[in-house]
Amino acid sequence: MNFTLKIWRQRDAKSQGAFETYKVENISADTSFLEMMDILNNDLIHAGKEPVAFDHDCREGICGMCSMHINGHAHGPSQAVTTCQMYMRKFEDGSTITIEPWRSAAFPVIRDLVVDRSAYDKILQAGGFVSVRTNSVPDGNAIPIPKADADESMDAAACVGCGACAATCKNGSAMLFVAARVSSLAKLPQGRVEGARRAKSMVAKMDELGFGNCTNTGACQAQCPKSISIAHIARLNREFLAAKLQD
Amino acid sequence: MSCFLTNSSVGKKLVMSITGCFLVLFILFHMSMNLTMLFSHSAYNAVCEFLGANWYALAATVILAAGVVVHFVYAFILTIDNYRARGKQRYAVTVQEKGVSWASKNMLVLGVIVILGLGLHLVHFWSKMQLVEIMGHHAALVEGYEVAATNGAALMMITFSKWYNVVLYIVWFAALWFHLTHGVWSMFQTAGFANDTWYPRLKCLANIVATLIFLGFAVVAVYCYLVSTPQLIESLLVAA
Repeated sequence: MNFTLKIWRQRDAKSQGAFETYKVENISADTSFLEMMDILNNDLIHAGKEPVAFDHDCREGICGMCSMHINGHAHGPSQAVTTCQMYMRKFEDGSTITIEPWRSAAFPVIRDLVVDRSAYDKILQAGGFVSVRTNSVPDGNAIPIPKADADESMDAAACVGCGACAATCKNGSAMLFVAARVSSLAKLPQGRVEGARRAKSMVAKMDELGFGNCTNTGACQAQCPKSISIAHIARLNREFLAAKLQD
Repeated sequence: MSCFLTNSSVGKKLVMSITGCFLVLFILFHMSMNLTMLFSHSAYNAVCEFLGANWYALAATVILAAGVVVHFVYAFILTIDNYRARGKQRYAVTVQEKGVSWASKNMLVLGVIVILGLGLHLVHFWSKMQLVEIMGHHAALVEGYEVAATNGAALMMITFSKWYNVVLYIVWFAALWFHLTHGVWSMFQTAGFANDTWYPRLKCLANIVATLIFLGFAVVAVYCYLVSTPQLIESLLVAA
């Protein structure tokens, strides 16, 4: 397969970026999107040009490093997968593919397609954890947890923190990410203990970092590579408001 | 809890949700009042008389106006926040995501149309009714007719005898319909009362409420346009 790629190139955070056009040829339909990018970079290096910088790590959809806004979709047109798990057969032979970095004020571009997502780490550090003393391993079944609660917690915990939600949201809101973190712990007895403090401090950090306000469009759940539901946002609202009303 | 309603994203949204809910309830009340027009003109005028410039109607008007102002001001504050959060660089290619309604992405524009319609409506009706009484008068001159402040039926017949007023009001109701199809279920989501089981039910409720409000108001405007004649208007003026 052959493709024309329109890729955002930007030297560093301060310089002005622009789209550049490249051609890739003889790409197998079963090549993953990132492998296609590797082939392009190989060609660029051989031609003595700068390769395109892009984030990637595990390449099996669990690390949340890959990003890229491809033809208007976060992680490309495939449903419920990260960029690394999308294959070139998803695109029409001979078509033009536009590749942009995440666009959100809280995710500044560092270089080409790489953005700084440390804002998500800061939100996590504000309360996305359970404070427990380390000790000997407790009995896994010591605290019975209803299957439905465990399932819902796991659905939320599937969030890889890739940033697609805020990058897709017309308001640059990080609510789906924060909701997934709050929800995955709120449904378990271990996380319940710090529930109120967690919801308040994570929302406060999210606001402080300049993320926008959720207007319930649902665009985030449509683009989330882990199909995380906005029902978790309703739970976050509930957790936050209940905590604030007790202050 | 002193200021989470003004300084946190979720708190600010709760204010939108509560004021929105209050406005929807008022609109439903207003619609049921209007519907009496279809059955009896004198019944409608009795309602108008009941809601003149007395203390309870004035208090309700002030609370209602505050609700509109807060909803409107917060909408702008939130939108400015969101515009900043989106950043200066925009995507070159965007798509309409699956399951995302057009209304949900255009709530501010729809809200502005609703406010403009409200301005027109206040000029057409409120300024000829409650305002006249507040100013200590009893009647206003409308299209050459002397209309008593409590004669809502005649005022409606005069206003909606003009086809362009009917069209303007229907455009207004249509904007409100779109606004409510997103707004009504959204207020439950923001207040935290929603989950995957309830989304289809809440969205269905939103569509029912929005459609009911659209039809309830539109049917009265169209009815007035169809039955309004100079003779009917004269008889309504004499009866009052």
